[in-house]
Amino acid sequence: MQQFLEQLASGLANGSIYACVALALVIIYVSTDHLNFAQGEMAMFSTYLSWQLMQWGFNFWLAFVGAVLISFVMGVLIERIILRPLHNAPILSVVVVFIGLLAIFNSMAGAIWSYLIKEYPSPFPKSTFGIAGVIGPHQLGVVLVTLIVLALLFGFFRFTPLGLAMRAAAQNPQMARLVGVRVDWMLALGWGLAAAVGAVAGIMVAHIVYLDPNMMGGILLYAFAAALVGGIGNPGGAVMGGFIVGVLENMVAYTGNQIEKLTGVYIIGNGEKLTVALIIVIFVLTLKPAGLFGRVVVKRV
Amino acid sequence: MAPLLEVKALKAFYGPTQALYDVSFEIPSGGITTLLGANGAGKTTTLRAICNMVRTDGAIRFDGHDIHGKATEEIVRLRIGHVPEGRGTFTSLTVDENLRIAAYTRKDKKAVKAELERVFNYFPRLKERIQQQAGTLSGGEQQMLAIARALMLKPRLMLLDEPSFGLAPLIVVEIFRILKRINEEEKVSILLVEQNAALALDLASHAYVLETGRVVMSGTASVVKNDENIRKSYLGY
Repeated sequence: MQQFLEQLASGLANGSIYACVALALVIIYVSTDHLNFAQGEMAMFSTYLSWQLMQWGFNFWLAFVGAVLISFVMGVLIERIILRPLHNAPILSVVVVFIGLLAIFNSMAGAIWSYLIKEYPSPFPKSTFGIAGVIGPHQLGVVLVTLIVLALLFGFFRFTPLGLAMRAAAQNPQMARLVGVRVDWMLALGWGLAAAVGAVAGIMVAHIVYLDPNMMGGILLYAFAAALVGGIGNPGGAVMGGFIVGVLENMVAYTGNQIEKLTGVYIIGNGEKLTVALIIVIFVLTLKPAGLFGRVVVKRV
Repeated sequence: MAPLLEVKALKAFYGPTQALYDVSFEIPSGGITTLLGANGAGKTTTLRAICNMVRTDGAIRFDGHDIHGKATEEIVRLRIGHVPEGRGTFTSLTVDENLRIAAYTRKDKKAVKAELERVFNYFPRLKERIQQQAGTLSGGEQQMLAIARALMLKPRLMLLDEPSFGLAPLIVVEIFRILKRINEEEKVSILLVEQNAALALDLASHAYVLETGRVVMSGTASVVKNDENIRKSYLGY
């Protein structure tokens, strides 16, 4: 039982990270129909920025806020400078640009900060935080911070005029223009927000996976899975998908351990959890191609 | 008095295909003007061209500003309310959000609230459905919502693209009565594109007839209505 709860808690903590990255993917997807393959590397780069700020003497939370703000500006600039000229480009050109961005961020981080794996601090106090034995202080902190960020984003989109304008621009850009919404800026803003949310995810996960230029590779894969399971066009679904995938992978490992304990036969364990989790994801998508919470959209062509 | 909207030698293109060849017309301040013509004559394209939603060539002046080539959203912000064909509401947003989006740049919350009340005065039915998703409204209500949203922009000119399309005759009569009230009470000039020429000529004071991308005739609504030749050759009734 104890072990089960531990696994569940750590699944939720990982899941909240996947949820953030998945949400970043969805924010860009709903407004542009593009899946940003560079989202993970952008988040990694943001995490390095926060590390650098800490090296310069800022405390963790100042570095956190600083890195998130810089990431926001970075996201806006990438959209305005690199993607704007590709507005009417075929989808493959955009994909190539995303892969290029991925490679650029990866090697830039390596060139600036080296490929050596670095330790990354946790901001959460060891003793007074967490529920002893079940969820550690860092895991609980991660869940709290990401939930706060998700709540803030939800509030922004749901209750502010600017959030409303962004939703309108994503749903029907031409109509949004006709009510005076500057759609191009809304897209850039979406990129900024996605980069900022990604930064939060990177900074929160760095203590667990350590800081190195390839830290987000696996996480981006999980986030893709999360977004697809939840329904790629549905922000709430993507968040749910993140938690589902996070818990699922740990449950796979847990079940494998239990089976091994009972029968002595090793079938699956920690090593296979990614594989099995993704198999389950593929299975879900075969049955429900639009995702668990997605709607099937019929497009007129 | 200078006209509110002045369009001169307007051409429009969809890719390599030319849709408008030579369209010139004027809309006086405060009036209702209608563009008539058969399917494919270029009525919708003319409206789209005014808001720079197609590639155009020619001169378009609105209230003394040269608006040709400006971005759609900047043209709209000069207070031109465009109600596109097929209604074009944000179907997954609520009625309330659909209306508020048109006022999202305005800081003054009280003024926006007053504006909403003013709009509900014309469309009381929308007030009853304020929290409903726009996609769940009936066709007539969606058309009302689209007009109401354009009204939220405090427009000086309203471009209406076939407001009667696909609606029951009774609803159409109701909507046209409201349009007349809006024109009179809000001093909003209207450019109305209609398939239903008889209906449009009853409402409008001035009419232009388009054929294959050219203005082939124009005149006051009563003249156009009573000219049997025009009726038979261009308007088909």
